[in-house]
Amino acid sequence: MSEVLDVAVRLVVIVVVFLALPLVVGQMEHKAMAHMQSRLGPMYAGRFHGWAQLIADGVKFVQKEDVIPAAADRRVFALAPAVALVPYLIVLVVIPVGPGLFGVDLDAGLFFVLAVMGVGVLGAIMAGWASANKYSALGGMRAAAQLVSYELPLVLAASSVAMAAGTLSLHGIVEQWRWWWLPWQAIGGVVFFVAGLAELRRPPFDMPIAESEIIMGPMTEYTGLRFALFMLAEYAGIVVLSALTTVLFLGGWHGPLLPGPVWTLLKVLALAFVVIWVRVSYPRLREDQLQKLAWVGLVPLALLQLALTGVVKLTL
Amino acid sequence: MTSQVPDLWPPSGQEVVFLLLGVVALGSALLVVTTRQIVHAALWLVVCFGALAGGYLVLTAEFVAWVQVLIYVGAIVVLLLFGIMLTRAPIGRSADLDSGNRVAAATVAVATAAVLVTVVVQGFAAAYTPLEPGGGAAATLGASIFRSWVLPFEALSVLLLAALIGAIVLSRTDIRPASPATDASGAPSRAVGPANPGPSSRAAGSADPGAPSDAAGSGAGGPAAPKTPPHPPDPDPSSADGSGATSGETGSGRVSQDGG
Repeated sequence: MSEVLDVAVRLVVIVVVFLALPLVVGQMEHKAMAHMQSRLGPMYAGRFHGWAQLIADGVKFVQKEDVIPAAADRRVFALAPAVALVPYLIVLVVIPVGPGLFGVDLDAGLFFVLAVMGVGVLGAIMAGWASANKYSALGGMRAAAQLVSYELPLVLAASSVAMAAGTLSLHGIVEQWRWWWLPWQAIGGVVFFVAGLAELRRPPFDMPIAESEIIMGPMTEYTGLRFALFMLAEYAGIVVLSALTTVLFLGGWHGPLLPGPVWTLLKVLALAFVVIWVRVSYPRLREDQLQKLAWVGLVPLALLQLALTGVVKLTL
Repeated sequence: MTSQVPDLWPPSGQEVVFLLLGVVALGSALLVVTTRQIVHAALWLVVCFGALAGGYLVLTAEFVAWVQVLIYVGAIVVLLLFGIMLTRAPIGRSADLDSGNRVAAATVAVATAAVLVTVVVQGFAAAYTPLEPGGGAAATLGASIFRSWVLPFEALSVLLLAALIGAIVLSRTDIRPASPATDASGAPSRAVGPANPGPSSRAAGSADPGAPSDAAGSGAGGPAAPKTPPHPPDPDPSSADGSGATSGETGSGRVSQDGG
């Protein structure tokens, strides 16, 4: 009975985190971006610095009419937001936040995470195709091309950490982590974070949803709650990417003074801030620049990191 | 492996789940080949691969299961969908998806399945192995690949290397043997080479300015994106269009079909 209770408590906590953290990141994006652009951002909802803006947005989204275009493929159209969102929820199950604090510790947790995150992109492709809109179809194709190119550096950089730690379990990797891994795995960390940004289709890699030319790409035809689900998927993706980078490259719960889970949360939020910062700072990459960055820049760097990891591991 | 027959009745929870996953895999695989909508076929393939991965999981092959999802769902189906959407992906049923040699294909498929099932049943009908958690873990698998099965593993890597080099040779236009077509004219539509005659260059030329040619260049470019992106082989864009005459009139190919 206590085992069942244990599992239930863990799952409830994960669902709560899954619902709360993306909202925190979303609010942070509103405010940080506004201040970087000399604006105030939301100020009225909830009285204190617009803290309830996203809740108000959510209420608005729920009230909107759910429109499905006449020419759309209805079933695929309706299914796509769920396919985009659910993988990130599943990924959160295996991310450790403190020693012994995780949903499940899988033996091949790293591969599980990468595999499930790759499925999320199918949602964007399905939405792009099923909308019966040429802008959406273009966005879907761009999302597919982007995923195929950036999956490789992502997996290579992650496997470098797995080599260093000698395990694929995320919990095990954080346990093995030492401070000098920071310089040792630095290249891999940057490659992983950049490739992850591209897989989330966040600026500057937002060619698939480029609102100024293809009007949000796969999401053009979505309204109301389904659109809100896509937005939630985007912010959940930021949380998952930041958490994964924290766990793999920044040592998870390791840190002085503060308790472990606090360190994990701090690192995740700091990385989420970097994601927002990058969005405000850099212009969108053109499609060919985007492909070039993956194949000419990131893949060789990831291979270099793999070689470096192997050499250091053998000499130790 | 033992030849001791275990208790098969009543079936355990694992066995029931395994059977159900098998039914899902088989059913979705049938839908892949029978559906009239080409994108739905690719999406049913996702379900099929997923059920297969679930089957691996029940058999305690954790690592193989996740690699199955990572490679097949995450990469191969995405690539398939990209290819379909790049050529033609009409919403709704396509009348011309039925092949003329349906009967022959079905015969070959059933015969292959019969051969495989017979071989497995004949060879392993009396062989049982206990399922222990952790048997397919990454550590065990890695040890057995790099200790007992190094030679097949290396042979397979040579095969993959050959495929890689082949792909590079096919996609790079600047290392073809010199032929009159490549250096005869300066027109960009001709410079693509003999593999890409009239229709696709016409489609690229008359398409909407900007976006479509941009997207076409993106995925086909790949690692060594050449200056003139090689268009994927277009299966007869003028006649193979099932959704009506709109694309023939506008000439903008795939994009206009999605709008109609």
